[in-house]
Amino acid sequence: MNAPAYNFAYLDEQTKRMIRRAILKAIAVPGYQVPFASREMPMPYGWGTGGVQVTAAILGRDDVLKVIDQGSDDTTNAISIRKFFAKTAGVATTTSTADATVIQTRHRIPEASLHAGQVLVYQVPIPEPLRFLEPRETETRRMHALGEYGLMHVKLYEDIARFGHIATSYAYPVKVNARYVMDPSPTPKFDNPKMDNCAALQLFGAGREKRIYAIPPYTSVVSLDFEDHPFNRYRHDAPCALCGANDSYLDEIVTDDKGSRMFVCSDTDFCETRQAQGHRGSESAAPHEEMVHG
Amino acid sequence: MYVAVKGGERAIENAHRLLAHERRGDRDVPELSLDQISEQLSLGVDRVMTEGSLYDRELAALAIKQARGDLIEAIFLVRAFRATLPRFGATEPVDTGKMQVRRRISSTFKDIPGGQILGPTFDYTHRLLDPQLAEGGAPELPAQSEAPSATILRVIDILGRDGLIESSPPADDDKPVGDLTREALSFPADRDLRLQNLARADEGFLLALGYSSQRGYGRNHPFAGEIRLGEVEVEFMAEDVGFAVPLGSITLTECQMVTQFKGSAAQAPCFTRGYGLAFGQSERKTMSMALVDRTLRARELGEEVLAPAQDEEFVMSHSDNVQATGFVEHLKLPHYVDFQSELGLLRKLRKEFTEAAEAPAPLQEAAE
Amino acid sequence: MTLSAELPAGFADRVILAQSSFRAVMDAMARPGSVQRIIAGAGAPRPMMPGTAAIALTLFDHDTPLWLDPAMSATPDAAKWLKFHTSAPVVSDPVASAFALIAEPAPLPALDRFAFGTPEYPDRSTTLILQVDSLTDGPAVELRGAGIDGVTILRATIKPSDLFERLSINATLFPCGIDVVLVAGNAIAAIPRTTRLAAKGG
Repeated sequence: MNAPAYNFAYLDEQTKRMIRRAILKAIAVPGYQVPFASREMPMPYGWGTGGVQVTAAILGRDDVLKVIDQGSDDTTNAISIRKFFAKTAGVATTTSTADATVIQTRHRIPEASLHAGQVLVYQVPIPEPLRFLEPRETETRRMHALGEYGLMHVKLYEDIARFGHIATSYAYPVKVNARYVMDPSPTPKFDNPKMDNCAALQLFGAGREKRIYAIPPYTSVVSLDFEDHPFNRYRHDAPCALCGANDSYLDEIVTDDKGSRMFVCSDTDFCETRQAQGHRGSESAAPHEEMVHG
Repeated sequence: MYVAVKGGERAIENAHRLLAHERRGDRDVPELSLDQISEQLSLGVDRVMTEGSLYDRELAALAIKQARGDLIEAIFLVRAFRATLPRFGATEPVDTGKMQVRRRISSTFKDIPGGQILGPTFDYTHRLLDPQLAEGGAPELPAQSEAPSATILRVIDILGRDGLIESSPPADDDKPVGDLTREALSFPADRDLRLQNLARADEGFLLALGYSSQRGYGRNHPFAGEIRLGEVEVEFMAEDVGFAVPLGSITLTECQMVTQFKGSAAQAPCFTRGYGLAFGQSERKTMSMALVDRTLRARELGEEVLAPAQDEEFVMSHSDNVQATGFVEHLKLPHYVDFQSELGLLRKLRKEFTEAAEAPAPLQEAAE
Repeated sequence: MTLSAELPAGFADRVILAQSSFRAVMDAMARPGSVQRIIAGAGAPRPMMPGTAAIALTLFDHDTPLWLDPAMSATPDAAKWLKFHTSAPVVSDPVASAFALIAEPAPLPALDRFAFGTPEYPDRSTTLILQVDSLTDGPAVELRGAGIDGVTILRATIKPSDLFERLSINATLFPCGIDVVLVAGNAIAAIPRTTRLAAKGG
C-alpha cells in the first residue's frame, strides 16, 4: 500500500510554490481575487481549506500561530486547525494575539490592534462580493474588470428603501485601495474599520472557490455606503459581563429558558487579558473592582 | 457567575474515539477485511476510485472501511490522499478500441461485429431480494467460452467510417490536455476540462442532470451507441527511455452516446457524440456523463443554452460532491458571530417597524 | 544526473530555505521599498546574484515560463542551472513569461514587451527580477501607495536610471501592470504596480 508521508506544513513544495506565487499577485493587486489551483485538503471544503493552504504556504519554523473561530481559540474548528499545524509543521502555537506572528481566523478580526510583523489569514467561504447579485463568474469577472459596481449600490439602496437601513450585517462589502470591491469574509461589519490602514498584512484564502486575495499593510479599506446613510458599526448596547469592556464585539449567551441572556466578548483572548488586568463585569467570579461604562 | 465553555480539544478526541468504536460495530461480528470490500463491494470501490480520481482498489477499499460505507466520505479520503502525491507526468491516451472486452452492448444495431456481450450485469435481473444470499454459500461458476481473439470494433467507429457521426477531434500536441486539479478553472471551459470535471462528478448529480435532458430540459435525442467494459493497457512515455513503457492494465467502462445530428450549408448532416468514461464498472455514471457531455456541447454546436444541463458554469461549479458536501456541511460550524450581527439588525428593524406602526398615521406618511 | 556535479547547488534545505526566502519576497512585496535580506542557502551560477537564485528556487517551476535577458543568457550557465533546479521553461518572447530575469538592466527592453495581464486577469503579468548595483546607496526615491505608511524612501543604484519613470505606466495601467523585484546580492526590495515613485525633492 502507498503509505502516506507528508511534508512540512502538509503541502508539497510544488503546491506551496503555486500558492506563494498567487499570494504575491494578490498583494500586488489589492482586493483582486487571484485564481489558484486549490488542493483537496484533509479537512472539508468550507471548513477553512483556503485559510489552511495560505497558512501552510507562509508558515516557517519560527512562526507562532494563533487560530480563532468566532473570535475564540477554543471553538472546535479552531482547535482542530491549530492541532493540524502543530502536528504537521511543529510550530509554536499561542492564544495571545500580541504574541502571534500568523493568525488564522474565521469570522472575526481580533480586538487588539495588529502590528507590523503579523499576518492575518482569513478563511473565506464565498470570495465574490457580487455573487448573490450575479451568480455567474463570467459576469462578475467582467464587472470587476470594468470597476462596474453599480449593481452593489443598487442592492444596498434597495435595502434602505425596504428596511430604512442597509440590511447587510456581516460580510459587508468594502472597496480596497480605491479600486476593487471585496468581500471581507463573514466578519461582522463591526470589524470592517479594523481592516483599514492596518499595520499587518491581511491574506484571504477561499479553498473551494479557489481564490486568494490580499490587503497589504497601510492600505485604504472603505465600507460601501451612501452620504445620507453612512456606514456604522453595530454592537449590542451592553458591557461584557466578564470583563466589562464596552468597545468589544459581544456574543449573546442564553442563560435559561425564560428569556434571560447576557453578553460576553467574542474575542476570548481580549476578554481574558482584560480580566487578568483586573477588569471585571457583572458576572465575573471576582468582586467587581471596576465597572467600565462608556 | 458565568464560565465560558472550555475543553473542546478533549471533546474532539473523545468524539473520534467513539467514532472508531461505532465504526467497528459489534465486536463479536468478524471485522471486514479490505479484500472483502474490494471483492464483494466492488462497485462501491469502483465509484470511489472514479470520483476519488485515483485508480487504487486497495486504498479505495480502505477508504470505504474508514468511512463506514459512506461513499462520499470515502471519495473525500481518497482525494485528500491523491492531492499530496507527486506528479511524474501523464500516461499515453488509453485505446478503448483495444479493450479486452467483458461486456459490450449497443442499442443502435441489432447485430454487430463481435456481437452483443451481456457480461456481468444487473440488467434483466428481477429485483427480488434473494434470501439464499443472506445465508451465504458459493454461487454457480460462470459459463465459459473462447475469449475473442481479435479486438472488438467500437460501434461508433462503424458509423465513423461512413461519416455518419462527427469525427473525434484529433489530439493537438502543442496544446496539452488541461488539468483542473492543477490550475484554477476559468470559463468558458474546453471539452477536456469539462470531461475531467464530469469524470470526477457526483454520480447522482449527473444522473439527475442527464435525466432532465431526456425529459426536455436540453433535449439531445440520445442512442446508446455502445457501452463497453473491460481491461485496457496503460502506457507511460518515459523521456529517458524514448518509448512508451507499459504500466499495467486497468478496468474501464466507456459509453459512447450517438446524439442528435447537426449540419449546415457547408457540412453534410451527421450525428454528434457524447462521451463517458469511468474506472471499473460504472455504467450509470458513464451513461449520465455521456448525456451531460453532449448537453454541455451546446455552445460549441451552436445550440441555445436554456436548461441547467447545458449550462457549463452551473454544472461544473456544482458537480463535485467533495466540494458540495463540505460547503453544505460547514453550516454545522459555529456561526455565532455573524448570527449575532444578523440578530441585532433584525431586532432593530422590528423595533422600528413596531414604533412606526404605533405612530399616528399622518406622521408616518410625513416621514416617508 | 551527471549535470548536478558541474552546477552550483540548490537549497541545502529546500523546504526551510524556500519558506524563508518566500517570506522575504512576500514582506518586500507587502512593504514596497523596504529592503529584505534573503538567507544565503544556495549556489548561484554567473551572472545570477544569490538573491535572484533564491527567488528562482522558491518560485519557479514548470508552470512559470522565464525570459532571460541577453546578459543572463550570454553563457548557458544560468539557463542550465535553472532547468536543472526548477524545470522552468525558457521562452524567447518576454510577453509569454511569468518572470523575467534581468542581469544587466541598462538595456532593459521597453516595458510593454512584457505581459501586463488583462483587465479580467491582471495577475497574468510578468514579474521582473532585476539585478541592481545597490539597494542601500544611491539617489533617494520617495515611494507611496499600498503597503506604505504614508511615504518611504528607497536609496538605490539602478541602471537604467529612468526605470522609476518608466514604471509610472503602472498608474494608468492599473489593475494591469508590472511588478518589480530589485535584487542586490542578498538584499531585495519590491516595487509592485500599486507603488508611485518620485525622486526625493522632485
